[in-house]
Amino acid sequence: MAEFKEISPNASAGEKLLNWVDNRFPLTKMVKEHVSEYYAPKNFNFWYFFGSLAMLVLVIQIVTGIFLVMHYKPDAALAFASVEYIMRDVPWGWLIRYMHSTGASAFFVVVYLHMYRGLIYGSYRQPRELVWVFGCAIFLALMAEAFMGYLLPWGQMSYWGAQVIVNLFAAVPFVGPDLALLIRGDYVVGDATLNRFFSFHVIAVPLVLLGLVVAHIIALHEVGSNNPDGVEIKGPNAPKDANGHPLDGVPFHPYYTVHDILGVSGFLLVFSAVIFFAPEFGGYFLEYNNFIPADPLKTPLHIAPVWYFTPFYSMLRAITSEMMYVLIACVLAGAYFGAAKTNLPKVIKAGVVGAAVFVSLLMLSIDAKFWGVVVMGGAVVILFFLPWLDNCAVKSIRYRPDWHKYMYGVFVVNFIALAYLGVQPPSPIGERVSQVGTLFYFGFFLLMPIWSRIGETKPVPDRVTFTPH
Amino acid sequence: MKKIILSLALALGVVAGAQASGDSIAWDKAPNKINDQAALQNGAKIFVNHCLNCHSAAFMRYNRLKDIGLTEQQIKDNLLFTTEKVGDTMKSNIDPKQAKEWFGATPPDLTVIARSRAGHNGTGADYLYTYMRTFYRDEAKATGWNNLVFPNVGMPHVLWELQGERRAVFESHDGQQVFKGWEQIKPGKMSEKEYDEAMADLVGYLTWMAEPAQTTRTRLGVFVLLFLAGFMFIAWRLNASFWKDIK
Repeated sequence: MAEFKEISPNASAGEKLLNWVDNRFPLTKMVKEHVSEYYAPKNFNFWYFFGSLAMLVLVIQIVTGIFLVMHYKPDAALAFASVEYIMRDVPWGWLIRYMHSTGASAFFVVVYLHMYRGLIYGSYRQPRELVWVFGCAIFLALMAEAFMGYLLPWGQMSYWGAQVIVNLFAAVPFVGPDLALLIRGDYVVGDATLNRFFSFHVIAVPLVLLGLVVAHIIALHEVGSNNPDGVEIKGPNAPKDANGHPLDGVPFHPYYTVHDILGVSGFLLVFSAVIFFAPEFGGYFLEYNNFIPADPLKTPLHIAPVWYFTPFYSMLRAITSEMMYVLIACVLAGAYFGAAKTNLPKVIKAGVVGAAVFVSLLMLSIDAKFWGVVVMGGAVVILFFLPWLDNCAVKSIRYRPDWHKYMYGVFVVNFIALAYLGVQPPSPIGERVSQVGTLFYFGFFLLMPIWSRIGETKPVPDRVTFTPH
Repeated sequence: MKKIILSLALALGVVAGAQASGDSIAWDKAPNKINDQAALQNGAKIFVNHCLNCHSAAFMRYNRLKDIGLTEQQIKDNLLFTTEKVGDTMKSNIDPKQAKEWFGATPPDLTVIARSRAGHNGTGADYLYTYMRTFYRDEAKATGWNNLVFPNVGMPHVLWELQGERRAVFESHDGQQVFKGWEQIKPGKMSEKEYDEAMADLVGYLTWMAEPAQTTRTRLGVFVLLFLAGFMFIAWRLNASFWKDIK
């Protein structure tokens, strides 16, 4: 327990109150640790807005969500009408609803940019592995949150999107059909599904999400923020002032609070422009088909998930029975590489080859649909392992070999191409492109231990590069 | 890098091109009537007199029509049946089961129809504007009517008295039927121009009804963006004044 502090009787009422609280709760200590004396590198650039913006969007979603739940009815017979009731009869209901629907897309925009920032500046490298892992868990929770929330308006796309995705679980060997039944609570998506998705969307997942965000930030403040140079400003050899504060850092408050307010104003400008002038965003934020009430008897011609899921959806569709042979070849090639080109002990080599043969046999015997699900899930799960896949000598893209920059450029183009193809109806050319894209996506990560070492890195400076404003 | 982007863009272009060819006829651009109250009122009248017999607009309340300049008394006198209250939603009196028997499908609710029908060819308004103007006589169909944008449509041409009866002339091109033009069989009460104008009003009304808050939304949006632009300026200067000490 901390020492009980007496305060002079002449102190102001405010100081007395704060002292009273501080003797019972570490208020001043926490504010110092996390805000006023949390030193962040002074060379943050544009990319560093998106962390605080993600938090802002989370708050927007929670607050607007609270008000939507006051009027929404999680009942298959009433849900669609209750959303229209919010849009028409609830005062300012349309604004709250558009904020929430646009907020969902904005969340993914902001989070994708935030993750890409981490990727290019090596923010996941030691000692920030757990910051990254918690972040990936947040992304996963966010996907679950978005998926279940999308069912709630009970339009055609809500309904059939959920139907398609839940049916994927039925492809799991042995337990699949029972698993899908457990998720739906019925043999088709119905009232039971709507109720449980509602429950998960408004209680379970947000709780997990908030807990993970707290863990993400506590871990970050423990190790300190990375920066575009990838230089440790708090390391034992980093320059510090007389008080031990890093010379290359500035207190989060007021410097980054005012800085983030600038970011917030820019974000709100774009966010509001969408809400007030293009809330459907050309059918990408609110799909046209979703203005038709869910009809279990009428399958829409073309079912596409919302844009933020489409890169992963493309990878799912890319796994055809033809593609399985390519994947088997990849597994066997990997095993050959492990057995013939490394110096591992013989027992492990035998294990690798045995496992590869076993997996290949499974891949031949189980339906490609299941492996599509594995690939889609794997595309997210693989992100968790990034800190242990990167072997480059430096953190930041600034000092990596030039060809790494092209690699990251192609990664972005590939991701956007996959997203585009996921929106489109299936086509033979699209299928080929998405198959190549899927191989590239996984190759990027799985071969990273090898390719990240190739090429000559540039010298990393001792101090961060900073030009005064 | 550039080559990769280029080839990817090219591949995507091919894909997109392949999609476009599958669509039906092009949609005509619907005139924008959202700020024309007289047109919206006329559209509301056509809607209540003709559409509401079979279709509902179950999420739309009659008294919301005050937003397009009608008074409660005008709504009561001109648009309501005697049994309805002005706060009721627009429900048709047709029995859905019977409707299904007659037309092969339950007439869809029209409240948000203008939002749901948008697609690659244009907005929902464009679709409806084209749909309402491309009915034609087709004796092969049970109702005796067919439609260009909605082939084998279940709905007969309800407004035939206004537009008259027309036949669609098709030409055969490599085994495919290509639409060539119209042939008027029987004149209607309206000239072609008058009918197009009436349909523009009706579609304008449907567009408004799909989101009655839309004019408020865009009007408010201008002020919100102006405020945020001012806020951004202050935030920018505030940030600069704090950071000028950091060397």
